[in-house]
Amino acid sequence: MSEGREETAVWKRFVAPLVVGLIVLGLWEYIVRSADIKHYILPGPWLILKTLVADWDTLSGSLWITLEITGLALAAAVVVGGLLAILFAQSKWLELSLFPYAIILQVTPIVAIAPLIIIWVNDTLLSLLICAWIVAFFPILSNTILGLNSADHNLVDLFRLYGASRWQTLRYLRLPAALPYFLGGLRISGGLALIGAVVAEFVAGTGGTASGLAFRILEAGYQLKIPRMFAALALVSLTGIVIFLVLSFVSHLALRRWHESAMQREN
Amino acid sequence: MPPASRPLVRLRGVAKRYATGTTAVTGIDLDIHEGEFVSLLGPSGCGKTTVLRMIAGLSEPSSGGIEWPDARPDDLGYVFQDPTLMPWATAEQNVMLPLRLKKVSSRDATARARAALASVGLGSFARSYPRELSGGMRMRVSIARALVTEPRILLMDEPFAALDEITRQKLNDDLLALWASSRFTIVFVTHSVFESAYLSQRIVVMAARPGRVVSDMTTSTVVPRPPSFRTSSEYAALCRAVSGRLIEATAA
Repeated sequence: MSEGREETAVWKRFVAPLVVGLIVLGLWEYIVRSADIKHYILPGPWLILKTLVADWDTLSGSLWITLEITGLALAAAVVVGGLLAILFAQSKWLELSLFPYAIILQVTPIVAIAPLIIIWVNDTLLSLLICAWIVAFFPILSNTILGLNSADHNLVDLFRLYGASRWQTLRYLRLPAALPYFLGGLRISGGLALIGAVVAEFVAGTGGTASGLAFRILEAGYQLKIPRMFAALALVSLTGIVIFLVLSFVSHLALRRWHESAMQREN
Repeated sequence: MPPASRPLVRLRGVAKRYATGTTAVTGIDLDIHEGEFVSLLGPSGCGKTTVLRMIAGLSEPSSGGIEWPDARPDDLGYVFQDPTLMPWATAEQNVMLPLRLKKVSSRDATARARAALASVGLGSFARSYPRELSGGMRMRVSIARALVTEPRILLMDEPFAALDEITRQKLNDDLLALWASSRFTIVFVTHSVFESAYLSQRIVVMAARPGRVVSDMTTSTVVPRPPSFRTSSEYAALCRAVSGRLIEATAA
């Protein structure tokens, strides 16, 4: 009985969205063919797939660069966001004086500051990395702060009662309590790092020496190679989906023994 | 039964006022002696928890003093109204926590945590996570955690209030058995007349607005309780007497 239910869950999670996707792609292909839409206006999915295979050498190189920027930006966001959150949790004074600036960094549109960063930082790759990091780090910072402060008050009292040091309270209580919040932030930041990397490269334009997926999209647009543009776009989307799935899986692994969000309920 | 010797902890004119201007408790004079099982009984809002927190040192009195004639024991057990377990840790890791914080070697801590879990009847649940345990079992883990340091005094804040009647009675009996075997001091906060009458040797009745002590009753019955105690006329009479004091207190 329960096995049957688990199969239902798998079916729902993977097969259902897949079927919807295939239906949409089929409709798309059908409309493009039946209305005879030119491929430089809207290429069909089949042509996009063929282009993806044909241009794989170029596109995979760009994909790798985008992945590299995204991964490094996310790693930097985890380190800086996580450490700042821990620092803020140690001193209210530090949090009050620095947090507003983190918000400013967050609310300033990356499109507006990317050109400045690209001018100031000579290295294109590094400037893209900084842009992606600015976009990605805030959810990790704010979520982790929330998590560090949301440890059960009675448990905090218990730690006090047993004379726990600041470090012990952090290590045994606040960090584990913050983990679900941190992982929630990480999932948001994963997608944002990718968006940051792509947007920054758009701003950098074709003048950049690094050539990630955004560069390919721009280049293909100028050359009117619309199928290739779509192929690069599809790679960006797929990358985003894969990042989300991987981070969700990591989150599930870390929390499955104890946190409500990762538990399977038996009814 | 309380010995005439000097108390373990002595409260003199203790009052607690919050910054909002509310007076939680006032004029609390209370001596708690080594080995006693004292209940603080009263309606909600009478400051029972506040008194307990002040004894634990989690809260400072606004005036008056709390003295420990033989120095404050640093092994002090506290059981909250909720089990207050760390959901990410197993029962054993939860019970080990006080020892870990006191830097007891992990081998020693594990052995003592196992023994404490066994003493509350959860010897085979060491590796279970809190979510895998029932409400009563979680409370047992919480009690094991409080007892693992072998404290001289155990402070309990309505620990069984959220449990069902049957589980509560079982835990009451088990708590009495633990107390009878080790004779540590227990201060037990409750709003249940029956629970206080069943468990304690001494019942301190409190009233609200402002929180104060209105009656200090010593019960003369045999502890630990014989199995027939719950249905005895003696228990009924005791409950009636305690109830009477509580009604007087809330009417006044």
